[in-house]
Amino acid sequence: MEFNYEVEGGNFTKAGNAASNVKKVLKQLNVDPKIIKRIVVALYEGEVNVVAHAYKGNVLVDIDTDRIYIKIQDEGPGIPDIDLAMQVGYSTASAMVREMGFGAGMGLPNMKRNADTIDITSKVGEGTIVELTTKLTS
Amino acid sequence: MASSIKIQKIAELLDARIVCGEQFTDSEVNHAFASDLMSDVLTLESEQLVLITGLTNMQTVRTAEMADINCIVFVRGKKVTPDMIEVAEDNNMVLIECQYSMFRTIGILYEAGVSPIY
Ligand SMILES: Nc1ncnc2c1ncn2[C@@H]1O[C@H](COP(=O)(O)OP(=O)(O)O)[C@@H](O)[C@H]1O
Ligand SMILES: [Mg+2]
Repeated sequence: MEFNYEVEGGNFTKAGNAASNVKKVLKQLNVDPKIIKRIVVALYEGEVNVVAHAYKGNVLVDIDTDRIYIKIQDEGPGIPDIDLAMQVGYSTASAMVREMGFGAGMGLPNMKRNADTIDITSKVGEGTIVELTTKLTS
Repeated sequence: MASSIKIQKIAELLDARIVCGEQFTDSEVNHAFASDLMSDVLTLESEQLVLITGLTNMQTVRTAEMADINCIVFVRGKKVTPDMIEVAEDNNMVLIECQYSMFRTIGILYEAGVSPIY
């Protein structure tokens, strides 16, 4: 099963639409709620990053019988130093982002913790791709 | 062993208004967590949790949805918006508006035996 979602940079009201939808689908597939939570928390932080840090993006979700693959791709400033960005507490978020309840530099580390694998590729001045893969059975 | 408390009782203790999810106020919660930082809430592993927050926007409800939290108490007289109610109802959540400050709200619930997560 494949799903596609658009994410608008700067538009916080829509952040979480993809994660909300994926949660409904996984529930219908009777995936363990604990696994669902890990997946949607990671996806939601990923969506928030596109809204907070990029101009626009796209989420591709591919669900197989035994795993979910999520690709969050954006057009944006890119991440100059990925190792630094992965550190807890590192953030370049604006005051507006912090007013929305994010911007503490916890998103990427939390995504890493909740996904089985995370791959980040980024080009400064072009954009970022975050790929998450998680097994659907424990 | 954490003692559990009915959501209805929480609203009573806080002299607060139940905005939506009235039909779920008979269910119980064991723990509470207070934060205005949603990334923080998204690291929690607990269930049957009440979230106490001063952050009143769509992201609060979305965060609760992803974290499987089914009750949110908004403190300091913050008003819940219709789009928040829509998402909350879609997820069988109880939203509560409370006039008290964050500190007072937490103090009352702590005294009533609601446990912290850590
Ligand atoms: N999609 C993205 N595009 C550009 N920069 C990003 C993106 N995602 C993360 N970053 C950078 O990595 C930092 C850390 O991200 P994260 O851990 O999610 O924390 P936060 O979003 O709270 O700042 C961000 O502040 C930003 O500098
Ligand atoms: Mg982030």
